Amino acid sequence: MNHQLALHLADNALILGHRNSEWTGHGPVLEQDIAISNIALDLIGQARNFYQYAAQLINQSTQQPNIPSTEDSLAYLRESHEFKNCLLVEQPNGDWAKTILRQFFFSAYQFYYYQELQKSKDSTLAAIAEKSLKEVTYHLRWSSEWVIRLGDGTDESRSRMLKAIDELWMYTDELFENTSYEHKAASEGFGVDISLFKNDWDKKVKEVFEEATLPIPTKELNNVNWFGKEGKHSEHLGNILAEMQFLQRAYPGCEW
Amino acid sequence: MEIIDLEKTFLDKIKEEIKIEPKDWMPVQYRKTLIRQISQHAHSEIVGMLPEANWITRAPSLKRKAILIAKVQDEGGHGLYLYSAAETLNISRQEMIDLLHQGKAKYSSIFNYPTLSWADMGAIGWLVDGAAIMNQVPLCRCSFGPYSRAMIRICKEESFHQRQGFDILWTLSRGSEAQKQMAQDSINRWWWPSIMMFGPNDDASPHTKQSMDWKIKRFSNDELRQKFIDVCAEQVKLLGLSLPDKKLKWNEQRKHYDFGEIDWQEFWNVVNGNGPCNKERLAARVKAHEEGAWVREAAMAFAEKRASPNPSKGGEIVAA
Repeated sequence: MNHQLALHLADNALILGHRNSEWTGHGPVLEQDIAISNIALDLIGQARNFYQYAAQLINQSTQQPNIPSTEDSLAYLRESHEFKNCLLVEQPNGDWAKTILRQFFFSAYQFYYYQELQKSKDSTLAAIAEKSLKEVTYHLRWSSEWVIRLGDGTDESRSRMLKAIDELWMYTDELFENTSYEHKAASEGFGVDISLFKNDWDKKVKEVFEEATLPIPTKELNNVNWFGKEGKHSEHLGNILAEMQFLQRAYPGCEW
Repeated sequence: MEIIDLEKTFLDKIKEEIKIEPKDWMPVQYRKTLIRQISQHAHSEIVGMLPEANWITRAPSLKRKAILIAKVQDEGGHGLYLYSAAETLNISRQEMIDLLHQGKAKYSSIFNYPTLSWADMGAIGWLVDGAAIMNQVPLCRCSFGPYSRAMIRICKEESFHQRQGFDILWTLSRGSEAQKQMAQDSINRWWWPSIMMFGPNDDASPHTKQSMDWKIKRFSNDELRQKFIDVCAEQVKLLGLSLPDKKLKWNEQRKHYDFGEIDWQEFWNVVNGNGPCNKERLAARVKAHEEGAWVREAAMAFAEKRASPNPSKGGEIVAA
């Protein structure tokens, strides 16, 4: 089992968790401030599990580094081109509609992904998937309910949802483009063949959008030149990392 | 029943340590005092999320980041319990929030100080939450039932918050020179505002006597402040750091630490809106509320739409 897949899964969870945590203290109503912070916390917890496992795999590998990897060295000391998260999760929060839609697209993806990953031949990945799936099931329910509520709420909430769809839809095709490390992991039985659940994801989006009275975008997507999963990111990731990694970079080698 | 009998029943309950419940008769002033105090406490939790949220995206490790998010989220939860406790006194959350946003309701002045370094997450936990616990533990025995029960839950979480704060400072105090300095600088900035959290001296505290008679308060401001100083003066030694008070000294006769003069001018200045962050904190709350208006409206509109044919969806999400 190669560490790349674990890193990819960790990066996805960390960056979305980080984005969601930007809402903490600033949510539209207290109950939802708590909810989005809780989702941030779940995602950072998932990221830690995957990073810890990735660090273990790196440290065991033949090209073992001089200084052992840790969850924190992986999160705080890699450059943006080394991050393997998809572009969707690094997109700015925007308004509540954009944050909700980003969460819905991603939670639906994680929901089907972790269902498959539970069957992995790698028992650690399977265990993390099983634990995370319980959380993601709630994230998907919560975000679906909000998509429906905003889509079928007021004229303003509807027009904000339409704008969010316009801004985020283009990042959804990357979710289902296999990278070489995903291909390899899937063919060896450790990873997941993401094409297996593309239809389930489409169906879920369609079902929720229909209830929300929102149109399903039909335009062809062709966004693969910018491929976050292979380290080709938008400008946003660099800014996230500059902020997130600041203390570790400014005071190298310290315990916190 | 005559008012005079109702008041006697009320006072007998207070005397016998029987909780006053929302439907019981209570003096107008008792109700007013509690609304003021509980809503002020709730606002403090909510405004208090801001200075710490300021460091969530810069937390230096994943573990610290997770702990900090959980802590700030707890504060939101405390705000919820407290708004609910105050609502039992016949005021809505929206009314309380409006008073806050209009600058008519206060919150703890401590949150008008800026968080300038990571060590401030430690100092806030150790000193600010520490002072809050000192104030709040006696409130678990407050005569008003809903407040007392909310405080029991809150105090359990606060003691965890305080320990995580001390742990941050402990780690920094054992780290590099720069980290030690960061910790000391933070203690220097937070110490005096923390001991001001107990409020004015007893002789200048207008509400204290009545609140003690009604068993809303159990100890005076000065008693609690002294207790807090005695505890911190010992704990800071474990950190190998110091409190910024040259007059701090153990007094064998009093069996307490003596301490220097508090700058009450600064205290009143910050209370009256002229602290370093008063305007920013309130503006941040108002902004979140205003930008959230369309979200709350949409949720209400949706709940109404779905209310008749399918009551199972949508209604429970927005309370404010």
